[in-house]
Amino acid sequence: MSTSPAVAPAERRLARRGSRRADDAFRLLSLAASLTVLVVLGLIAWSTTKEALPAFQEEGLGFVTSARWAPNEGAFGAWAFVFGTFFVSFIALVFAVPASIGIALFITELAPAPVRRVTTFVMDLLAAVPSVVFGLWGVSVLAVRAPGFYEAIGSPLSAIPGLGGAFEEPFNGKSFLTAGFILALLITPIITSITRDVFETTPRGQKEAALALGATRWEMIRGAVFPHSRAGVIGAVLLGLGRAMGETIAAALVIGAGAQTGLRLFASGDALAARIANEFGEATGTWRSALIGLGVVLFGMTILVNLAATAIVSRAGRKAG
Amino acid sequence: MAASAQAAATRGSLNRSSISPGRRLRNALATVLIYVALTFALVPLGFVLWYVLSKGLGVVDAAFLTEELPAQVRRARGGIGPAIAGTLVITGFATLLSVPLGILAAVYLHEYGGSNPVAGLVRFLSNVMAGVPSIVMGLFIFTVFVLRRGQGGLSGLAGGLALACLMLPIVIRSTEAMLRLVPNELREAAYALGTSKSRTILTVVLPAALPGITSGALLAVARAAGETAPLLFTIGASRQYNWSLGGPNAALSTQIFSNAQAGFPAAIDRAWGAALTLIVLVLGLSTVARLVAARLTVR
Repeated sequence: MSTSPAVAPAERRLARRGSRRADDAFRLLSLAASLTVLVVLGLIAWSTTKEALPAFQEEGLGFVTSARWAPNEGAFGAWAFVFGTFFVSFIALVFAVPASIGIALFITELAPAPVRRVTTFVMDLLAAVPSVVFGLWGVSVLAVRAPGFYEAIGSPLSAIPGLGGAFEEPFNGKSFLTAGFILALLITPIITSITRDVFETTPRGQKEAALALGATRWEMIRGAVFPHSRAGVIGAVLLGLGRAMGETIAAALVIGAGAQTGLRLFASGDALAARIANEFGEATGTWRSALIGLGVVLFGMTILVNLAATAIVSRAGRKAG
Repeated sequence: MAASAQAAATRGSLNRSSISPGRRLRNALATVLIYVALTFALVPLGFVLWYVLSKGLGVVDAAFLTEELPAQVRRARGGIGPAIAGTLVITGFATLLSVPLGILAAVYLHEYGGSNPVAGLVRFLSNVMAGVPSIVMGLFIFTVFVLRRGQGGLSGLAGGLALACLMLPIVIRSTEAMLRLVPNELREAAYALGTSKSRTILTVVLPAALPGITSGALLAVARAAGETAPLLFTIGASRQYNWSLGGPNAALSTQIFSNAQAGFPAAIDRAWGAALTLIVLVLGLSTVARLVAARLTVR
């Protein structure tokens, strides 16, 4: 493809030598541009770790295992925020995954073409609204109305043996559940769009075969669409999880900034990104270094989740291809 | 007689009524659940947009869009003019930096690298980079840029650098996808005319993919314009208009965040007004992106 014609007119040879040099220069330029990705990623890891080092050295392993975060006493344990990040992301997934699968099924299997276009457009709209706007709605509308509702559903549910503890007091408007719900709205478009793409790759023949055997639409979905898309959907869920863990602003506004590690849905908690956003402005010295350390921990966690997602999605893609 | 009875039975078994009630119920239930899922996403979105419109329209007027930020968040009045200017300057700079770089990188990946190990590594790393939380980008620019320059480091320049880091992987990915759509015959036709590879890329391949590249870039711009976290510790704070890259600046997204966090009624009002302005800006950009993309697919 890149081989040039062997014979060129003599008068063009000189010009061609020039253009070959231009060719090489352009190739090197584009190579350099693509290597910036490598350089930037390396710099991110190196510079943030270096700034966080004082806090890491002071706390040792306690930085991630201790739940005591008291900047004015020099105690920096991030466990409560690691826990909060996972808890709130898990809540978000509980809302977002069934919703996304449902919407993706609606778009691929149920909706007639015009409705499908409108739904896709609305999902794009949902994806385009900046997360800070959802945060604003969460803090000034949802969190204000939520306590009454939480108390109404929490009081009876807390009587359930075993599970009841999750629904106990306090009933805070700014809580894990509120933040999880807002995060769910933010990650639903992402999970939906990947899930939809995966569903669409189900071979038409398999779906028609299921229907021809007398399957109802639901049986066709369960028998043909789901088995074909399992890996892709798991990948999509992991990508959504990565996004939820890194989402900062909406969580910072509605999670309530209470460092604690109880599995209580209606209690205020905190997550890594939210704590950084809320405290960084006033922090100095080891405190600031510890907040950058929170960023390093978050960076590591999201990279692991995203790598797992990419691996699963690409393996699913190879199998489908 | 017997034959017709058998035919009737066959017809019966193909009839809807032959599906057992349990199976029919399960199918109906699944359909209902799908509609519930749809409602779950649409109702809150409707609420959010309705609040932004109804609260925002009550606040936004010419004075609000042009006046300087108030000295104290709890005070009524004051506008968001400097924040609009800041968002435009910062996002514009990030675009100028990341879009050409991203397009060049994608050109390497698709036109030169193909499936060689370097291209594979870069592709993998740009996926990793796309997953880096935006607040980490802010911390990164804080550590490598702001810390080194002292207080003077807090500037639109720093904010733009952070947003550019966020946009780069998005631009690379969308551009490479668009280059993949350019038919190979176009490249071969150019080579057959004796055109060099770089000339072919610049005059044949990129123009052919331009609408798609533009729409991908605009979506990245829209995403960056709405981002808050990378700007929190990089742009500083300014109440006055600052159209330059140096010195502290303001942005719509960080204004919404700080006003929402302050929680005073006047601040919340201002946040709704800023939210409406930001959404109009972002949706305007993504609509343009979609129109450009639609123009591409029609041809």
